[in-house]
Amino acid sequence: MRKLLFGLLGAFMLIGVGSFADSDTIRVSREGKLNSISTAIQQAKDGDVILISPGIYDEQEVVVDKSVSIIGIDYPVLEGAGKKHDVLIVKHDSVIINGLRIRNVQTDYIRDLSAINVQANHCIVENNRLDNTFFGIYLQKCRGNIVRNNIVEGEAKNEISSGNAVHLWYCQNTSVINNSFKNHRDGIYLEFSDSIEITNNVSEGNLRYGLHFMFSNHNVYSGNTFKSNGAGVAVMFSRHIIMKNNDFTSNWGSASYGLLLKEIYDGEITGNRFTSNTIGIYGESANRLIVADNDFERNGWALRILGSCADNTFTHNNFIGNSFDLGTNASQKTNVYKNNFWASYSGYDLNHDGVGDVPYKPVNLFSYLVERIPQSILLHRGMFIQVLNYAEKVAPIFTPEDLADNAPLMKKIKR
Amino acid sequence: MWKVWQYSAYDLLRSRWTYIYFAFFLIVSFSLLRMSSSLMMAVVSLVNIVNILIPLIGTIFGAIYFYNSREFMELLISQPLKRRSLFLGHYLGLASSLAGSFLLGMGIPFVFFRIWQSDQFGNFLSLMFTGILLTFIFVGIAYLIALLNDNKVKGFGIAIVVWLFMVVLYDGLFILLLVAFEDYPLEKFSLAASFLNPVDLSRIFVMLKLDIAALMGYTGAVFSKFLGSSNGIFLSVALMLIWIFVPLLAYLRIARKKDF
Repeated sequence: MRKLLFGLLGAFMLIGVGSFADSDTIRVSREGKLNSISTAIQQAKDGDVILISPGIYDEQEVVVDKSVSIIGIDYPVLEGAGKKHDVLIVKHDSVIINGLRIRNVQTDYIRDLSAINVQANHCIVENNRLDNTFFGIYLQKCRGNIVRNNIVEGEAKNEISSGNAVHLWYCQNTSVINNSFKNHRDGIYLEFSDSIEITNNVSEGNLRYGLHFMFSNHNVYSGNTFKSNGAGVAVMFSRHIIMKNNDFTSNWGSASYGLLLKEIYDGEITGNRFTSNTIGIYGESANRLIVADNDFERNGWALRILGSCADNTFTHNNFIGNSFDLGTNASQKTNVYKNNFWASYSGYDLNHDGVGDVPYKPVNLFSYLVERIPQSILLHRGMFIQVLNYAEKVAPIFTPEDLADNAPLMKKIKR
Repeated sequence: MWKVWQYSAYDLLRSRWTYIYFAFFLIVSFSLLRMSSSLMMAVVSLVNIVNILIPLIGTIFGAIYFYNSREFMELLISQPLKRRSLFLGHYLGLASSLAGSFLLGMGIPFVFFRIWQSDQFGNFLSLMFTGILLTFIFVGIAYLIALLNDNKVKGFGIAIVVWLFMVVLYDGLFILLLVAFEDYPLEKFSLAASFLNPVDLSRIFVMLKLDIAALMGYTGAVFSKFLGSSNGIFLSVALMLIWIFVPLLAYLRIARKKDF
């Protein structure tokens, strides 16, 4: 093992020295002789560094077809206004794009025009600022790329005429780390993309979803913040997604969710915080998920799990100050609720083992009624409703009898 | 009129019930603000308390006070005084002192907790506002009932039933109708139904800014659009004012003609 490591290290060093030895630095500046990035790429060879001085560069489509590093000094601007093409297309492996500012990519209803379009492998897109770009960073049919420390801000007005900040289409092994996405349609969109790692991003104020999975399996997202989006995260038609330690905050509105699950299997939702969302987790045909160690605070519905969801386990979660802990249209118990802390639990614990002796029923009559007749929400928190809930709690008639947490915790779980 | 108002206000100022009412709101809002995990939840609990207790105290205390001061009123009738100003002054005396106790009882903790610096300030204001309106509405209703029934027991009974109906039974009927007609579009019906009851109206008026609006989903877009707009706010305030003036005018009209 050690030999192998040393061997690898040596190989890397050789490559490093080798590429360092014959790599040139090409400088592009507005005032200089070389004032076009495209020309600079034509003159460059593999491994060269192209340094771009500040200024506004109004170029035709820039095609990067050599493995060069394009590095901007003080955010040189690439203008996209008035052009019917992508601003930058990466067509060669191992390209680095660093420190550029790209703005005003045109909206197009036929082609997905983007600021940076990556069609090659092992590229790094980092430290860029993209303003008002239709699609920000568009990766297609590629693998091993890294997108990090970018700030992508759109000016999306409606879903039809806006694009995604980061768009991954048929990608593998891609990392999206430490970026910030604002005011696009989706913050990050994945379709047919597997083994993607999405870490420590902030996705805020996007019209549709902060993060959107379609037909993408075996992905991990962790430590991200999803705030004030149409819905925080939508996971659809995907398997084996791991969702860890994310913040879902203030996704608030008449059709908003923190986390929207649809046709998903075998996922893990752990250590997340759901705060002030209309619906914390909405599940439709979500199966075999583990939902553990999450905090649900001040949501409209902490959970809304429809009858089509089965074999999910909800355990060690905190439910505090939600208008409804659980809404469902199910008449049977198909999921397991165990060892959660429910702030509205009113049972007792005679033997002081920290586990309540009476089951807690998260579905009350009113949440059942609202599920059936949405208009009845107008009576929310009225006195009659409270009387009714109490009566139903004592002698259940409508709510599914076995849908209960049989071992609710007495104290809030400290994280 | 102002002289009568002054008399009954002074009279109530000497009554310990005014202070108990004041102290109750003071303690409740203090402890809720103190113990609640978030300010929003404190407002939600206060909305409940305001919507149940103010109508209750308004009707019961209104009826008691009217019956108790009946002899005083009869004495004043024999004086050269307009009946209108006499009865209106008496009503205003009670309503304003109850409203004052409520305002102070809730207001002192609010000042103490520096509510005006928080994002719940607007909600507190609308809570105060609806509380005051509810006081005037239910004192008016109680006076009307007490004036119509010379028999005290019957008067109290009716007052309690009216309170029970407004606060509890109305919602029950509402739900029954919703369930019975659930196959039909119910948006307009439920909007109208919730506007007809001042207790529901005041609850929704505050709740709409708290969580109902977002909980209503697609089907509720009608509500939030309507109730959230300035038209909706204007209409709900207007309806509350109608709820004040209709019983009050009926009370004054009957008082003018009644043979004491």
